[in-house]
Amino acid sequence: MIEERVKIVNNAGLHTRPAATIVKLASKYKCDFFLNKDGLHINGKSIIGVMTLAAEKGSEITLIFDGEDEQQACQEILEFFKRGFDEL
Amino acid sequence: MKTESEIMLKGIAAAPGIAISKAYIYARQKEEVADSAVTDLDEALEMLDTALEQSRKELRKIFSLAVDKLGEKRAAIFEAQIMILDDPILLSTIKNRITNERRAPEYIVNDEISKYTDLMNASHELYMKERSHDIEDIKNRILRNFKKKKWKSRIANDVIVVTSTITPSDTVLFSRVNAKGYVTDFGGLTSHAAIVARSLNIPAVVGLHEATSRIKDDDLIIIDGFKGEIFINPDEKLLKEYQKKIVKLAQRDSDLLKLKDLPAVTSDGKEIQLLSNLDILDEMEIVTQHCARGIGLVRTEGLFEEYEAFPDEEEQFKVYKEISERMFPGTVIIRAFDIGGDKVLPVDLHEPNPFLGWRGIRLLLDNPSLFKKQIRAILRASTHKNIKFMLPMIASLAEIRRTKEIVKECQEELKKEGTAFDKHLSLGVMIEIPSAAVLIKDFAKEVDFVSIGTNDLIQYLLAVDRGNEIVSALYQEFHPAVVQTINHIIQGGKESKILVSMCGAMAADPFAVPLLIGLGLESLSVSASAVPLIKRIIRNIDCKEVQGLAKECLALSTEKEINDRIHKYFNHKLQDQIKNLY
Repeated sequence: MIEERVKIVNNAGLHTRPAATIVKLASKYKCDFFLNKDGLHINGKSIIGVMTLAAEKGSEITLIFDGEDEQQACQEILEFFKRGFDEL
Repeated sequence: MKTESEIMLKGIAAAPGIAISKAYIYARQKEEVADSAVTDLDEALEMLDTALEQSRKELRKIFSLAVDKLGEKRAAIFEAQIMILDDPILLSTIKNRITNERRAPEYIVNDEISKYTDLMNASHELYMKERSHDIEDIKNRILRNFKKKKWKSRIANDVIVVTSTITPSDTVLFSRVNAKGYVTDFGGLTSHAAIVARSLNIPAVVGLHEATSRIKDDDLIIIDGFKGEIFINPDEKLLKEYQKKIVKLAQRDSDLLKLKDLPAVTSDGKEIQLLSNLDILDEMEIVTQHCARGIGLVRTEGLFEEYEAFPDEEEQFKVYKEISERMFPGTVIIRAFDIGGDKVLPVDLHEPNPFLGWRGIRLLLDNPSLFKKQIRAILRASTHKNIKFMLPMIASLAEIRRTKEIVKECQEELKKEGTAFDKHLSLGVMIEIPSAAVLIKDFAKEVDFVSIGTNDLIQYLLAVDRGNEIVSALYQEFHPAVVQTINHIIQGGKESKILVSMCGAMAADPFAVPLLIGLGLESLSVSASAVPLIKRIIRNIDCKEVQGLAKECLALSTEKEINDRIHKYFNHKLQDQIKNLY
């Protein structure tokens, strides 16, 4: 299991478009993927779940990966967060 | 409450005919989501799948058409909504709960999705409330689709449908269970639902305002689609009177049908091309029964109204081919989809003025892949050489030229594929925007034929929405500007030696036909059910006489004068033909 803490860096925050992209990325991998914010534990393969996360610029989220391909999944999704969802 | 007896309500006569039957109140308002127990688990899960699949198709249809117009933000929301319908976590939770709790699938869907919207609404962020609306939207779409299926199984036969508004697909749906009439609180004459009712020969009265509040299920209703009146629980006397009228109408119809094999020629021997419009395939039977010589307008958007997604090339090809073969050697004029933005854009993007907005050729040229599929299907179906192609809502030459380029592209493709098509497929345009009427001679150089669409032409020329009761009296077929514009189009077409036809409601108005023929119109396309009556009018017209009538009307400068003149002619010359009609 891998846990990573990330900060939202783009202006618009975790809005609908990046939420959809995150779910699509996560669906490619076999491992479980969860997002944890302020005690809310969300399955990262569920679009409706990820959409309930209110994560504006500057807020922090914990990403949890667990399963055989967790390394690759973590790398790709973490990168996407760090690039500010390609909106920087 | 005592049964209300013999109340008369007056509305807009949207489709002619008279019927007496029991009322069926069709309410589409939000219903409570029933928390009933599930007895058949497989059936419940299947219902869930059907509702989800239906919702997916609807969203994909909107998305595929409007993606360029949605804006990035809205497009993303749409995509997310489609993804929600495939959300593995959400779906497995819902299915598990249905299986374990044995409660109605719509109840579980509502309950489960509401958990998420509640979370969103609890947030202090404003955009989360907005997002919750989007989720709410998808939830309602699924619930609606659960209901739709139920409605279909619940509708009784042979009823008069009473509803607040009616959509074209509702109209078709009810016609399958032999609806005897349509009564609505809102809606206008030119709405597509009214057109479908007319083509199916089902009387309709719209814009009654209080129909749904005054009428109860099983009330006995008389609907008079000629006068735009309905009677609730009529007394014996009135009932007898209307039963007589129905018998008389049936007699008239069978009289008219005797004309079916006779040509539409005037009494002095001029042949008029009398064609039929086609709105839905169910109408083909009436078209052939009434022996129209061809189809002057296939409203393709109506043919596929029931499809959830836009029909692909193959589906369209089959339908066009069938129409072409059934009408052969008669002409079939197929009009490209005349869809308005109001039908495809999501509610929050609705245009403030849809009739002045994204519709007809504008929407098609913005969606080349949709347009090309239709053009390819029409070309492939054209091998019997009796198909012509027509464009809606043309306002400028550029639109015609751009379309010709696209047609050419499609022809090149088909050639390469070795697929047969009519190399000389005629191209025509609707003249329904005033700019097109003004430019008729320039347009005539670019196309093989034109067809006057009077409903839109009058609406745009006089700036009157016929569906808006406050101003509907100002919608006037015999307004001098309308008469002169039609004359301008007919003369312009004659000078340029191209065929001018008319396919709007005016062509099916018995009072207008003498004037139109007097103006020199040689081709009319009317709803299939109107063909026999119009043929009878034509056969009793003397060309020389109506030319004089037209000349006089062109010299008059008020609607009242023209209307009076036409009625004078009518009462004098044609009354015998129609006096026992109404």
